[in-house]
Amino acid sequence: MSTHEVAVTVNGERYEREVEARKLLVHFIRDDLDLTGTHVGCDTGNCGACTILLDGQAVKSCMLLAAQADGAEITTVEGLAPDGELTPLQRAFSEHHGLQCGYCTPGMLISATHLLSHTPRPTDEEIRRGIQGNICRCTGYVNIVKAIRAASQGQSL
Amino acid sequence: MLLSELEYARPGSVEEAVRLLGSNENARALAGGQSLVNVMKTRVATPEVVVDLNRIDALRGIAVADGALEIGAMTTYTAIIDSPEVAAARPILAEVARTIADVQVRNRGTIGGNVCSNDPTNHFPPLAAALGAELTILGASGERTVGAEEFFEGVYMTAVHPGELLTKVRIPAKGDARDGWASITLGKDGTGIVNVAASVRDGTARVAIGCVAATPVVVTASADETAVQDAVRSAGLDPPADVHASAEYRRHLAEVLAARAVRDAA
Repeated sequence: MSTHEVAVTVNGERYEREVEARKLLVHFIRDDLDLTGTHVGCDTGNCGACTILLDGQAVKSCMLLAAQADGAEITTVEGLAPDGELTPLQRAFSEHHGLQCGYCTPGMLISATHLLSHTPRPTDEEIRRGIQGNICRCTGYVNIVKAIRAASQGQSL
Repeated sequence: MLLSELEYARPGSVEEAVRLLGSNENARALAGGQSLVNVMKTRVATPEVVVDLNRIDALRGIAVADGALEIGAMTTYTAIIDSPEVAAARPILAEVARTIADVQVRNRGTIGGNVCSNDPTNHFPPLAAALGAELTILGASGERTVGAEEFFEGVYMTAVHPGELLTKVRIPAKGDARDGWASITLGKDGTGIVNVAASVRDGTARVAIGCVAATPVVVTASADETAVQDAVRSAGLDPPADVHASAEYRRHLAEVLAARAVRDAA
């Protein structure tokens, strides 16, 4: 089995590690880099809990090998608010009760961040399409959509 | 999930990729990985060598020549959706790509992976068949181009044989053709129960039906909805039954969706 040098920049910090070829990117992020905000949900590419930004694109990190990320820039949920001050999107999730158990929230926040970076003023239909790859079993999505809409309009409550 | 032990290779050129794929009979090409990584998790596929095509620039991109599109096999659905060339030359490709799964999958998944995996529920096999796509395959003994009807050989099987690589998909110029698509899926943009692509030219509809057989079923008929439905009924489809739909229901959907796809093309 081959091992590979992986050099990545995650949330602005550079990491160099040696990984087994078979290691999935999500396990590299959680276990090797100790960034456990990125969650493993279904491990089949359906639920989106493991969504990260890879070179600016939202992807499910359980569907890539860690070795594939060599040279990439990654943003995980920990990187959204590096100084501890929540982003408007994160504040809106809190204010509009866009979460209950919170398990899907890191992936939701990354997908919503990706959506708003491409479509700053999305319609509700665009918001729902933007989080189509993220499953939430608590909220029924209504408050998540509300939170993303509020963040896009610069509103708090 | 811990995958089985494997070797990982990341070639920088198509020639190197073909050499790597030919050097081990249990080597597999890794495109977007949105199917392959999952089947590796379940051990349905346990390749000894994974040949990652993601750093081969020559396999990405969309070019137009005399109205025809040449799409590199590693071009993602997102790139197809965002492409001004596709929007101008054959917008149906973007319209269909937009309905594949979700944004994360569309950011990684590729047209080459979609046709090469040839899952009967995939979107691009029927679309390629209806539009008359030509697919270029590179192997150790050289390059060849095959039509869509020859390309799709069976469930998960195509004319891309071990040691070979799909390099590009050519979509002929639209001319005065009009293209359409209709599908019934499991949830919005979910897995297809039946997919139909249609291309109408000079009063004739070329319809390709997905999810009803191992490979897309192509039917041609006069481009009116009744004639198309009759032609699909006469095709003697023998679709699979599963938990989502009976064979009878899939046969029914094939007729209805063929008519809708032709209407969508109007």
